Amino acid sequence: MALDSKIPKGPIADKWTNYKNHINLVNPANKRNIDVIVVGTGLAGGSAAATLAELGYNVKAFCFQDSPRRAHSIAAQGGINAAKNYQGDGDSTYRLFYDTVKGGDYRSREANVYRLAEVSANIIDQCVAQGVPFAREYGGLLDNRSFGGVLVSRTFYAAGQTGQQLLLGAYSAMNRQIGRGKIKMYNRHEMLDVVKVDGKARGIITRNLITGEIERHSAHAVVLGTGGYGNVFFLSTNAMGSNVTAAWKAHKRGAYFANPCYTQIHPTCIPVSGDHQSKLTLMSESLRNDGRIWVPKKMEDVEAIRAGKLRPRDLAEEDRDYYLERRYPAFGNLVPRDVASRAAKERCDAGFGVNATGEAVFLDFASAIQRYGKEQAHVKGLNENDAALVKKLGQEVVKNKYGNLFQMYEKIVDQDPYNTPMMIYPAVHYTMGGIWVDYNLMTTVPGLYCIGEANFSDHGANRLGASALMQGLADGYFVLPYTIGDYLSDDIRTGPISTDSKEFEEAEKEVKEKLNFFVTNEGKHSVDYFHKKLGKIMWNKVGMSRNVQGLTEAISEIKALREQFWKEVKVPGTNEEYNEELAKAGRVADFLELGELFAKDALNREESCGGHFREDSVELDGEQKGEALRNDKDFAYVAAWEYKGEPSDAVLHKEQLEFKDIELKQRSYK
Amino acid sequence: MSGILNSSIGRKFAMALSALFLMFFILQHFAINILSVISPDAFNEASHFMGTFWAVQYLLQPVLIIGVIFHFVMGFVLEIKNNKARQVSYAKNNGGANSSWMSRNMIWSGGFILVFLVIHFLDFWIPEINTKYIQGDMSGLLADGEGYRYFEELQHKFVPIWRVALYCIGFVFLSLHLLHGFNSAFQSIGANNKYTKGLKGFSKIYAIGIPLGFIFIALFHHFNH
Amino acid sequence: MNLTLKIWRQKNANDKGKMVDYKVNDISPDMSFLEMLDVLNEQLINKDEEPVAFDHDCREGICGMCSLYINGEAHGPDRGITTCQLHMRMFKDGDTIYIEPFRAKAFPVVKDLIVDRSSFDRIQHAGGFISVNTSGNTIDANAIPVNKHDADKAFEAATCIGCGACVATCKNSSAMLFVGAKVSQFALLPQGQIEATDRVLNMVKQMDEEGFGNCTNTGACEVECPKGISLENIARMNTEYLKASLKG
Repeated sequence: MALDSKIPKGPIADKWTNYKNHINLVNPANKRNIDVIVVGTGLAGGSAAATLAELGYNVKAFCFQDSPRRAHSIAAQGGINAAKNYQGDGDSTYRLFYDTVKGGDYRSREANVYRLAEVSANIIDQCVAQGVPFAREYGGLLDNRSFGGVLVSRTFYAAGQTGQQLLLGAYSAMNRQIGRGKIKMYNRHEMLDVVKVDGKARGIITRNLITGEIERHSAHAVVLGTGGYGNVFFLSTNAMGSNVTAAWKAHKRGAYFANPCYTQIHPTCIPVSGDHQSKLTLMSESLRNDGRIWVPKKMEDVEAIRAGKLRPRDLAEEDRDYYLERRYPAFGNLVPRDVASRAAKERCDAGFGVNATGEAVFLDFASAIQRYGKEQAHVKGLNENDAALVKKLGQEVVKNKYGNLFQMYEKIVDQDPYNTPMMIYPAVHYTMGGIWVDYNLMTTVPGLYCIGEANFSDHGANRLGASALMQGLADGYFVLPYTIGDYLSDDIRTGPISTDSKEFEEAEKEVKEKLNFFVTNEGKHSVDYFHKKLGKIMWNKVGMSRNVQGLTEAISEIKALREQFWKEVKVPGTNEEYNEELAKAGRVADFLELGELFAKDALNREESCGGHFREDSVELDGEQKGEALRNDKDFAYVAAWEYKGEPSDAVLHKEQLEFKDIELKQRSYK
Repeated sequence: MSGILNSSIGRKFAMALSALFLMFFILQHFAINILSVISPDAFNEASHFMGTFWAVQYLLQPVLIIGVIFHFVMGFVLEIKNNKARQVSYAKNNGGANSSWMSRNMIWSGGFILVFLVIHFLDFWIPEINTKYIQGDMSGLLADGEGYRYFEELQHKFVPIWRVALYCIGFVFLSLHLLHGFNSAFQSIGANNKYTKGLKGFSKIYAIGIPLGFIFIALFHHFNH
Repeated sequence: MNLTLKIWRQKNANDKGKMVDYKVNDISPDMSFLEMLDVLNEQLINKDEEPVAFDHDCREGICGMCSLYINGEAHGPDRGITTCQLHMRMFKDGDTIYIEPFRAKAFPVVKDLIVDRSSFDRIQHAGGFISVNTSGNTIDANAIPVNKHDADKAFEAATCIGCGACVATCKNSSAMLFVGAKVSQFALLPQGQIEATDRVLNMVKQMDEEGFGNCTNTGACEVECPKGISLENIARMNTEYLKASLKG
């Protein structure tokens, strides 16, 4: 099947308006006869469910958590971008569009990104009307902060809990519709398959996680807002339950999976402390505004620090290597995430990692504390040369800005970041890849939609900070409700979809067989045993830096691990009860397939772009020597994979990316 | 407005209002009692006024009695309801880590105060009612007609050490009850603002000072009769 | 370190349940409490026993899923954190640790340490929202300025993660801190004024119907709340409720 992205014709700025003017609508009376299933209740799924219900559709929403409010969107810290230009600093729809395409290293679809930038301003209006308590200035108007290396201040925020506040906003919009009976909410339900009838997505099979009951749910369309697949690495900043299962089942039913290798590795996370580690914690990107990143210059200092003989703050300035400032004088500590992450890895690989595992660098606030302290002393007319006073005043300023993050760090690491530099290391954070969708956000399966992090479309090969929240809400509140109506207008005469058809029966049977296999298999290793092994392979060979040999090895190792998994996995308990191990087994089974496709995609893409860094594609000389090298001639396409059984048999379909409004350039941060 | 007493917050508010009223009463009661230490004559005058003035006797006294009964009955009702809100109790519960003993044991301090009140009524209030309304002696004079009887009776009551001891214990419980209750009443009626800190300090002084004063009066009369 | 764990085990909602003793060895002080339970579960699975079921998801203190009553305190002995942020360095070698589910009639046990907190959701359905359509066709976000002090207070109230520690720790199993936080968030913002009367009446009514106890102002909830939601929010709800009762 050839990929048709269905991008509307016309100039980029008019596409969305023209599109909306010409789509088919469903009249309100008919909407009452149409059912829509929404899987996932994060920013994308939650906002979509609320809006569709409000329009009049009958919505069934599903989440595996005990409440829609717990979806992992809640953990987003920094903020949400919107081209409001409230600061009057030259922001515009075009500029947000341009920054997003450039930040994505020219691997996203122009039309989608422009639409995203266009609706971004509405998101802020909408959220404020819903009672989302964004940060404000003393004059009572909304405050903005600057983020992720762009040249304007367009990030709206609510302290370090923007994701939480936006999700609670979407959750409250859902609550209103649940109260009205327009959304039927299924908590603690996991989607285990998509059901296709006559080629169209017409329902899903779910498992009630409390009772183990397998249920059939039908609808005229199915929307997946099921998030990213970062947990394929086992350790990531994702929630423990975040998984690829819904997306993977859709893939198996015919939805193409696009660019699985595009993964964002966030540079500022708390390092791994040992083998017991179950997840990683992010320290907001905003810290890089004031923190300076360094490792010691000399090996003997590294060893002394690791052995605890030397306190990092006692190391002389000239013995420190502020490697980001050294390599990227123009952007310094504020280079984009992918660049900062690779630089940290480069230093640690060279042996300069500062903790026992050798995988940590310092993020130091001492000079910020000094600078702020002096400023405060000056403002208050106090002695600027009193070191103790300056330190105290400086610490107060830093505490006001980052207090909650510092506290979080202290609880986890048991060190006081006001007095000793933080230790950080990159960790898997976000996946730009996902289910392929067209301009309508529909997958290659008619009637199956995919929104938010679960789809691939807007961030290209690297996502800018504060853009994930924007995309999730844009898809759910403002894009999908239009595009899905166009599709559903054909369904006004269809009537209720029966769940008694043979398609539902077969899908349910398959699901049950797999579950039964797990609980009856006489294995010897727990699910986590396999998940951790998969994570190690992924991190070491398909992680921040990739090469042909490593990727080839990864593909065969993952395949072997998958075979071992199906022989030796051990799942205690039964199917008819709350059984977390059983739920995990199904998820890890899918990760074991996705992981291989991921490596295959990374092997196929013989260029470095955004989060995907190939050691064999770097600048060989000149000022940019050693930096990532994109290959626009051969790889300016979306790699959409079609399922054909084994991941190794997956078939590649290319959606050529056209850049009409933006010139392709090398990203330089020197 | 209807059914406000059926709602959790309405009940809470009613508890607080009755408590504030009772606290005001205690203050007034104390003010008169302390006169007995300063000047027996003044005490007699005040007592006679309170005992015979129609507004106090026929208006405030019934309100007070209703207030007391309401506060106790509602207190017990709420306690029972609250206990029902947790059907399986914790194997280990470290309440001391997050709240004061007083706040967690209002039912016990309150219960003991009730016992004390019953005795107090038997001691003072019932004889008063008997003298005034059953025997019809509204004069307030001693049997021999030589001045008011109130101070004499008061002194007489505090001769037995067991009663003094009981009063002392009763007031200790009142103090414990007030240490939480005073502030709590303000929180319940929705007053939590910039004055809260100051109020907390004042409430401590009240909750310790007033009961201590009552104890002082009891001991004073025990040792000075 | 080596520890003795006393854990509540209960097969399902209908089972009676009991405390069971377990031993775990070689626990690193750098582990989080839930990672320690992961170790126990791995051990149980390898011994063909059933692992202990507990709720958890984000493991960074924001989703509100984790809900353990540890040594007699909601989210354990540390302050300002959820169970997932509690680290084993808070305990000593040889300690005995009690681990129980959050207990309240309105939070029935689902299995072992997992409870059903859908009562919280139902309270929100009753009025935890502003009735504005999600069309995006609202007024400009800056059309109504909001006093920064009020906006900050509304935000503080809105940081509630709905974990239920307030209910679990309250001797009366009262949900007033949770409900008070939501009522306060909207009461402090101009957008919330329009429906203020109905909101507070409906939410309190639902709260009462769910079987939560009554607040007696012990203040335990504020101390144990991982997000430090202030008691001030309960006072504000009380005022709002009385105002609404007099009006409606």
